[in-house]
Amino acid sequence: MEKIPILRMGEFLLVTIQVDMHDRLAIALQDDLTNRISQTGARGVLIDISSLEIVDSFIGRMIGNIAAMSRVLDAETVVVGMQPAVAITLVELGMSLPGVKTALNVDAGMELLRQSVNDNKEAEYGSRI
Amino acid sequence: MATMLNQQTTSLASIIAKHKSEILSQWIREMSSATRRSDLIKDSEVQSQCARFLDLLGDAAPAGSNIQATAYEPLREMLGEVSRRRAQQGFTPTETATFVLSVKRPLFTAIKEEHAKNASEMATEMWSATELLDSLGLLTTELYLKQREEVIRRQQEEMLELSTPVVKLWDGILALPLIGTLDSARTQVVMESLLESIVQTNSRVAIIDITGVPTVDTVVAQHLLKAVTAARLMGADCIISGVRPQIAQTIVHLGINLLDVTTKATLSDAFSLAMKRAGLTLVRLDANKNGRAKGENQNEN
Repeated sequence: MEKIPILRMGEFLLVTIQVDMHDRLAIALQDDLTNRISQTGARGVLIDISSLEIVDSFIGRMIGNIAAMSRVLDAETVVVGMQPAVAITLVELGMSLPGVKTALNVDAGMELLRQSVNDNKEAEYGSRI
Repeated sequence: MATMLNQQTTSLASIIAKHKSEILSQWIREMSSATRRSDLIKDSEVQSQCARFLDLLGDAAPAGSNIQATAYEPLREMLGEVSRRRAQQGFTPTETATFVLSVKRPLFTAIKEEHAKNASEMATEMWSATELLDSLGLLTTELYLKQREEVIRRQQEEMLELSTPVVKLWDGILALPLIGTLDSARTQVVMESLLESIVQTNSRVAIIDITGVPTVDTVVAQHLLKAVTAARLMGADCIISGVRPQIAQTIVHLGINLLDVTTKATLSDAFSLAMKRAGLTLVRLDANKNGRAKGENQNEN
């Protein structure tokens, strides 16, 4: 069975979705990712969906769920590179994915992750850092 | 019955062939008194159109009075051309239909002459001619309307294309000045072109300027929110600018929730906010120079 690779990069995890998501793949990704976050203690997750061209309400909900689960495990999630057609579809489906951070590309996404992780650290340790 | 009808229409054809020049001259006279628009169309054009019409009618009449028959195809095409021309020239539908209907009087005069002795034959002949000309007149009006609808559709499309420019204000800052009422179809086009440009130019901030939107009701607001949400999903921030006082009042009265969206009164306010978000500042060059000069002076003192 095909699997979506999860790459570790420092304290972040990278997920690039390069195949058409079907439901079982999305559930597998959700399992894998939550396991990896707890194993590695990652502080941030970057999900690149720039190759994703077709979404339905289920996949939309999965993206939202994955972001929410990561947050529970204390890792910020940024979704990057959403295609215009995908964005329009999700909006028309009434899924605005509140609480999910988004960025235009991987570059901007990494910057956003670093920033929010730094903010979190500052909040945790006060002004000592 | 069919043969009788055939005979009648054949006789119509022969009447047209026999009295063609009289009908033509009387028809043109008729038109000049009724709906001749010499400001819109040349005499020579009318004359050639009339002559062609009579020729084609004479050719097609033997086929019966059903104008959908193949024999009538050249005539239908010719009428289509005429109504197309007249729609472009600015004729009213009545004037266009009268082109066909005004042939009745000269034609009836010819029929009357031909069947002067037999009243019942004259009546049947006139009835079939009326029927035929009426359906041709209706066809002309229909074609005319079709042409006008075509013009309207084309203009709508052109407006749709013209009215959604996405402007690049700065590196990473886009503006979308909206003009005219937003409906679902336009919102779709606006949204798509905005999102495409965001991807192409890699812009993090997009300003939607609604100065040119006359009214904002719940539907328009919902469309705007959709565009903003879609842009956010892609990772770009949207600022709505150009909110006029009346529109601000309407939005609040309608209970539309725009709290999640940054709104600004003017495009310049939105632009300066966008610059700030992009980490840019504007500095006036000569003011800087003056300041430096002053500082130097102070140092000298």
